Amino acid sequence: MGRDQGKLTPAESPSPRSGLRRRASRFFARHPGARVGAQIGAPGGWLLVVYIGSLTALIVTALYRLADDPTGLVTKLDTTIGFANFDRLISEPVYRNVALRTLQAAATVTIIDAIIAFPVAFFMGKVATPRTRRALVVAVTLPLWAGYLVKGYAWRSLLDPGGGALKQVLGHTPGFGYASSILVLAYLWFPFMVIPLFSGFERLPTSLLEASTDLGAKAGRTMRSVVLPQIVPSLVAGSIFTFSLTLGDFYMNRIVGGTTEFIGNVVYRQFSVDLPFAAAYAVVPIVIMVGYLLAVRRTGALDEL
Amino acid sequence: MGTMDPANSTPAVTIRDVTKRFGSVAAVDGVSLAIAPGEFFSLLGPSGSGKTTMLRMIAGFELPTSGRIELDGRDVTQSPPFDRDVNTVFQDYALFPHMNVMRNVEYGLRMKRVPKDERRTRAAHALATVRLEQFGDRKPDQLSGGQRQRVALARALVNEPKVLLLDEPLGALDLKLREEMQSELARIQRDVGITFIFVTHDQGEALTLSSRVAVFNHGRIEQVGTPREIYETPGSAFVAGFVGSASVIEGAAARALVGDDGPYSIRPERVTILAAETASSDANTIRANGQVTDVQYHGDGTRVQLQLEAGASMLAEVPNVGDQTSLPERGAKVTVGFRRSDMLSLHHAGAEPDQARAHVSRTHESGETP
Repeated sequence: MGRDQGKLTPAESPSPRSGLRRRASRFFARHPGARVGAQIGAPGGWLLVVYIGSLTALIVTALYRLADDPTGLVTKLDTTIGFANFDRLISEPVYRNVALRTLQAAATVTIIDAIIAFPVAFFMGKVATPRTRRALVVAVTLPLWAGYLVKGYAWRSLLDPGGGALKQVLGHTPGFGYASSILVLAYLWFPFMVIPLFSGFERLPTSLLEASTDLGAKAGRTMRSVVLPQIVPSLVAGSIFTFSLTLGDFYMNRIVGGTTEFIGNVVYRQFSVDLPFAAAYAVVPIVIMVGYLLAVRRTGALDEL
Repeated sequence: MGTMDPANSTPAVTIRDVTKRFGSVAAVDGVSLAIAPGEFFSLLGPSGSGKTTMLRMIAGFELPTSGRIELDGRDVTQSPPFDRDVNTVFQDYALFPHMNVMRNVEYGLRMKRVPKDERRTRAAHALATVRLEQFGDRKPDQLSGGQRQRVALARALVNEPKVLLLDEPLGALDLKLREEMQSELARIQRDVGITFIFVTHDQGEALTLSSRVAVFNHGRIEQVGTPREIYETPGSAFVAGFVGSASVIEGAAARALVGDDGPYSIRPERVTILAAETASSDANTIRANGQVTDVQYHGDGTRVQLQLEAGASMLAEVPNVGDQTSLPERGAKVTVGFRRSDMLSLHHAGAEPDQARAHVSRTHESGETP
């Protein structure tokens, strides 16, 4: 009737091993700092050299200028530091206009993408069944699998005023110009807006929407008062992509933009003629993006990235 | 005066033969209920039993596949949530994270375009009701779980709805806080007099708080009754087992002990472990021999699991008072005794709720004969 007493087997004390790997493991277990260093040291170093290094080189080059060469045959860099290039790109209207046009294009593309992506992402994140949701995620990201040039020339053949598909089917095409650049860039960066929005909607608890209708709000009011404030960080996260990708793009503009010039086109053209000026002009989108990121940091959107 | 007779007044909520199917699965299957104004009514059942779906249909978040839902006599079966005079306290509280506590509580009033001054006064009053007067400026993420729970309650109560729906509101709280909130909820319900419909899987919570309980299983109601009826005269084996613990005795074992096939259920606290030499002095006491198969210490009592010689297993609860040396050990042969009247007949297992109720009151009466 007594309880069964489990027999105690003497526990085998683990024999202390002193192999090199064990010693290393023990060292890392006791020094979390060293562990982190070993984990991110190599990729961190790579990032430092390639990314920060090239950025520094760009900014330093922008402060050089072309040496005066009376013959005009040889281009040599004058490596004295100065702001002559920046003076020039601010004072000459053509460069100011190109910069403003590029800025406007980036803003327009971002707004178009946001307006189209919002309902699509809402449907994906809050309405669709898991099966439909998966299908839509694939459908939205599918264009990313096709090459940039393939998409560019596909659009070129669609938009071609001399007998492209749009002309033949609809009888009208915007042709090659600013509008086509906006259209194609909005198409190109659409997935980068949809995906952050989709993940934002997916994380938004359905009970918040239900609580809002439960308390008497109709759909529009719930969107304005509950959904939108909650989704702003995702919207901003998406806009960082669409905005910066448009600011930096130049080749799509060459394919479908006709004679329209963006910052990228000017940099590309100046690159072989006046390298320091090209570098200075390339700093413009960087400055705009830094300003934009500083402005949106307050919204918490950077936690979304 | 004051208390209303459910039979003579318009029920706050009437549910007529409501069914909700998701694909081929009937989450709620032919449920009918009438809930009187001012009741604290619990929908009790295991997860997946349909209780939450039933609540969501009353709120308007789900539409029934068939059947009818009335609020205060008005058909709201197809009405959207914003057109129903009910409010919900959500399981995850669903507080708006970008609004402070005051704006959360005011939200419903703002939707109804209540003027700002009145809004402030009523929201402040609702916050006082849940004892959070000082917290109006906080954001929800600066509050503890219990405080968020109370904000959710204030946000619903401020609208003075006909019916307040609570979807497992205490599920996310730890035990101590849950017990505090239980008495808090009971107090608030007494103070405001609003009909509460309370979904829970915690039978203790349902018994403690409710004026009546509906026990759900597989989308159907097994039994409706006061907590005492549900506990003392369960209408089915499921109710007997789900609400508190019970041993179900049927077939040959029931015939050997009581004289017919049953099924019967008996509560562990009604089973006494007798000293072996005690003679049977009471004609109403049934004695049975068995062997102890398990002993579980529960703090306030000890649960002894027995295998009876008659062929059934039975649970006995020994209160942990006084001398503990008399507790049997696993494998011991013991004699147990219980009163004939503590063997509750489960004849009507699986019966329709109305019949089950009739049956419950019948056995309740017969159960009181000495």
